Amino acid sequence: MSQSFEEISAQLKKRHRRSARMKWMTMGALILSAAFLVVFISDMVVRGWPAFQQAQIQVEVSYDEQSQKLPLAAVDEDVRPLISRGFFRPLPRKMENNPALMGTTQTQWVIADSRVDQYLKGNEDRLRPADKETLQALVEEGRAELKFNTTFFTTGDSKMPELAGIASAAIGTVMTMLVTMAVCFPIGVMTAVYLEEFAPDNKLTQLIEININNLAAVPSILFGLLGLAIYISFFGVPRSSPLVGGLTLALMTLPVIIISTRAALRSVPDSIRHAAFGVGCSRWQVVRDHVLPVSLPGILTGSIIGLAQAMGETAPLIIVGMVAFIPDASISITNASTVMPAQIFTWASEPNSAFAEKTAGGILVLLAVLIFLNALAVWLRNKFERRW
Amino acid sequence: MNIVFLLFCAVLVVLGGIAFTLSRAKAARVRATGTTMHAQPDQYAWFAVLVTAGPALLVSALGAFVLLLMGADIPTFYLLAASLVIALIGLVMGLNQVRSDFHARRAIEGVIRKLLAAAAMISILTTLGILLSIISEALRFFQMHSFWDFVTGTTWNPGASFLSAAGRGDEGGSAAQFGSIPLFAGTFMITLIAMLVAIPFGLGAAIYMVEFAPLRIRKAAKPVIEVLAGIPTVVYGVFAALTVAPLVVDIAGLFGLDASYSNALAPGLVMGIMIIPFISSLSDDVINSVPNSLREGALALGITKAEMVRNVVVPAAAPGIISASLLAVSRALGETMIVVMAAGMRPNLTANPLEDMTTVTVSIVAALTGDQEFESAQTLSAFALGLVLFIVTLTLNVVSVFMIRRFREKYRVNNL
Repeated sequence: MSQSFEEISAQLKKRHRRSARMKWMTMGALILSAAFLVVFISDMVVRGWPAFQQAQIQVEVSYDEQSQKLPLAAVDEDVRPLISRGFFRPLPRKMENNPALMGTTQTQWVIADSRVDQYLKGNEDRLRPADKETLQALVEEGRAELKFNTTFFTTGDSKMPELAGIASAAIGTVMTMLVTMAVCFPIGVMTAVYLEEFAPDNKLTQLIEININNLAAVPSILFGLLGLAIYISFFGVPRSSPLVGGLTLALMTLPVIIISTRAALRSVPDSIRHAAFGVGCSRWQVVRDHVLPVSLPGILTGSIIGLAQAMGETAPLIIVGMVAFIPDASISITNASTVMPAQIFTWASEPNSAFAEKTAGGILVLLAVLIFLNALAVWLRNKFERRW
Repeated sequence: MNIVFLLFCAVLVVLGGIAFTLSRAKAARVRATGTTMHAQPDQYAWFAVLVTAGPALLVSALGAFVLLLMGADIPTFYLLAASLVIALIGLVMGLNQVRSDFHARRAIEGVIRKLLAAAAMISILTTLGILLSIISEALRFFQMHSFWDFVTGTTWNPGASFLSAAGRGDEGGSAAQFGSIPLFAGTFMITLIAMLVAIPFGLGAAIYMVEFAPLRIRKAAKPVIEVLAGIPTVVYGVFAALTVAPLVVDIAGLFGLDASYSNALAPGLVMGIMIIPFISSLSDDVINSVPNSLREGALALGITKAEMVRNVVVPAAAPGIISASLLAVSRALGETMIVVMAAGMRPNLTANPLEDMTTVTVSIVAALTGDQEFESAQTLSAFALGLVLFIVTLTLNVVSVFMIRRFREKYRVNNL
C-alpha cells in the first residue's frame, strides 16, 4: 500500500497523459468525420463542375432543299463530325415550321459532339486526327469554346451525353413530391393530433405508437416491395408513374412527419390549453385555434426535413420502376417518369465516361436543393421557435 | 368520365352551400325568437354540411373501391346519382336537426375525432400492408422452392428460373437455385465493416462533443454532422463506386493484393461513414442525459476526466449506446443504394473483403428490375428475402427500444 510521493506523482502524470490522449482521440474522430465531408464535397465539385460547361461550335448552317432532305448537308463536311447528331435531327422540322429560314445561311453556335466536349475538357482523346486538326483551327479562331451548359438544365435524358439533362427528372421529382406531401402531410398531422390531443391511453393507442416507431426504422426498400405488391399488382396504379412513387414515399415519410409533429405539439405548454378550455372551447376548438397555430413552425420544419429525405430516396422508387428512360418531361402524375436520384443512378451505370460528369453534376444540383431545404427548415425553426 | 366527375363535385359543393346557408338562417331565426340553443348558428350550419357531403362522399368512394377491386359492374353515372340522392337526404336531415336541444358542436366534434382516429389507423394499415404483401408472395415462393434449401443452401443462382416459368423447366441447363447463405454472408460482411467504421468514429465524436468540446465547437459541429446525415444514399453510392473502390484497389495493389473493383470493402467503408452521424447524434443524446451528479461524484473522488468517461459515463450510458448501435446495424442491413452501386452482383461465400460479394438488398433489386414476369420464382424470391430482412430489422428495433427504455427508467430521463 505504501507508495512514495514520487511514485504517486509519476502515476498521476501518466493518468493525466492518458486523459489528454482520450481527449485528442475523440477529437480526432470528430475532425475526421468533418474532414470526410470536405473530401466528399470537393470530390463531387471537381467531378461535377465540367457538367455545367458544354463545348459549342460556331458554324454556318445553310437551310436549303438539300438539307431538308439530308440534314447532315447543312454544314461543311469537315466540321460535320464535330457537331452533335442531336443538332441535325430536328433541322427538317425546324425548316417546315419556319419557312422564312428556307434558302438562307446563318452563322450560329451549335452544340458540339461529346467527344469534342471531352477533348476540350482534357479528359479523353477519341477524336480522329483529322477532326482534331479542324477543331484546333476552330479553337484558335475562337469558333469553338466551352460555354455555360444550358442544355443540362432544359432537357431530359438522352443517349447522347451532350444532350442529356436533368430537367425531366426535376419535373418528375416535383410531381412525385407533390403526391407525397399531399398524402402524407394531412394524414401525418392528423395522426399526430389524434395521438397527442385526443387519444385515450389504451392498448390500441400504445399499439399505434409502437407501430409508428417501428415503421420509422423499416428499411426503405421494403416500402418499395409494398408499393409493388399493393399499389401496382393489386390496385393497378400505373408503374413508373409519379403517383405510385409518391404514394410509396408517402408511407415512408409518414412516421417522420408524425414524430416531428408530435414533438411540436408536445412543446406547446398546457397552460394555453387550460386557458382555452377555461373560456369554454371544445377540444377541437382548442386544437384548431390555439395549439396548431402555435406549433405550426415546428410542424413545417419537420415536414420539410421529411420532404428532403423523401426527395433523396431511391431504393423504393427503383422497385416501383421509376428508373425509366425519360427524354421528355410530362406534367402528369400517371405517365412514366423519373426522379433526380434515379436519374443519377441511371447515369452512374452508363458505360460512356462522358456520363460520369453528368452524374456528379446531377449530384451537385440535388445536393444544392437538399441543402437549401434543410437550411430553410433550420431558418424556420430559429425564426419562429418559441421557448416557453 | 371526367366531366361527370367534375359535375358531381360541383353539385356536391352547391348542395353543401345550400345546406350551410339554409340551416344557418334557420338557426338564426330560432335564436331570434329568444330560445336558448346548444350551439352557435355556424356550428349548426357546419353540421348540416357534414351530413350532406360526408355520407355522399363515403358512398361514392366505397363504390369506386368496389368498382376497381371486385370489378363489379356498377355504372359510374348511377353510382354518382345515388350519392347525390344520399346527399339530398342528408341535407333534409341536417336541416331537421337545427333544434334548440341538439348539440351540434358535440356532433361535429365526434365526427372530427373519428376522422383523426381513422388517419391514425393508416400507420397500422401500412404495417399490415407490408406484412401481408411480403408474406403472401414469400409463401408463394416457398411453394415452389423448399424453405430449407432457402435457409441452408450455399448457391444463389436464380438466373435459370425463367425457363421453368415458361414451362420449359426440364430442357437442360442448370436448375435455378435459391440458397440464401452467400447473400447473408455478404450482407453481414459489409455491415461488419460499416460498424467497424461507424461505431468508433460516431461514439468518439459524441464523447468529445459532450465531455470535452467547448460550447463553440459543439455548436459548429452539430450542423456539419446534420449535413452528413442529409446526404442521399445514392450520392454515397456514386462516391463509393467512382472514388473509394478504385482507391481500395490501388491501395491493395501497393501491398501486392488483388482486389476486385466491386469489392466489399468500399461499400462497407462508405456505409460506415454514412452511419457515423446516426450513431453520433443518438449517443450524444444518451451521454447528455447521464445525470451530472454521477460525473461530479466521480470527479470528487479525484479521478481524471478520461477515467470518469471510461468508468462512469460510458457504463451508465451503455444501454443507450448499444441501442443506438443496434439501430445502426438495422440501417446497414437494409441499406440499398450504396451496395447496389458499389458491391458486386456475384453471390460469393468468402471471408475476404477485397473480393466482390453481393447482399440481400442487391438481390432484391436485381430480382425486381429484370424482365421477369411477376409470377416467376426469381421475382418472388425478392419477397422471401424481404421477409427475412423485415424480421431481422424488426427484432433489432424491438431489442433497441427495450434497451433504451431500461436506460430511461434507470435515470428517469424523459426526452429520449
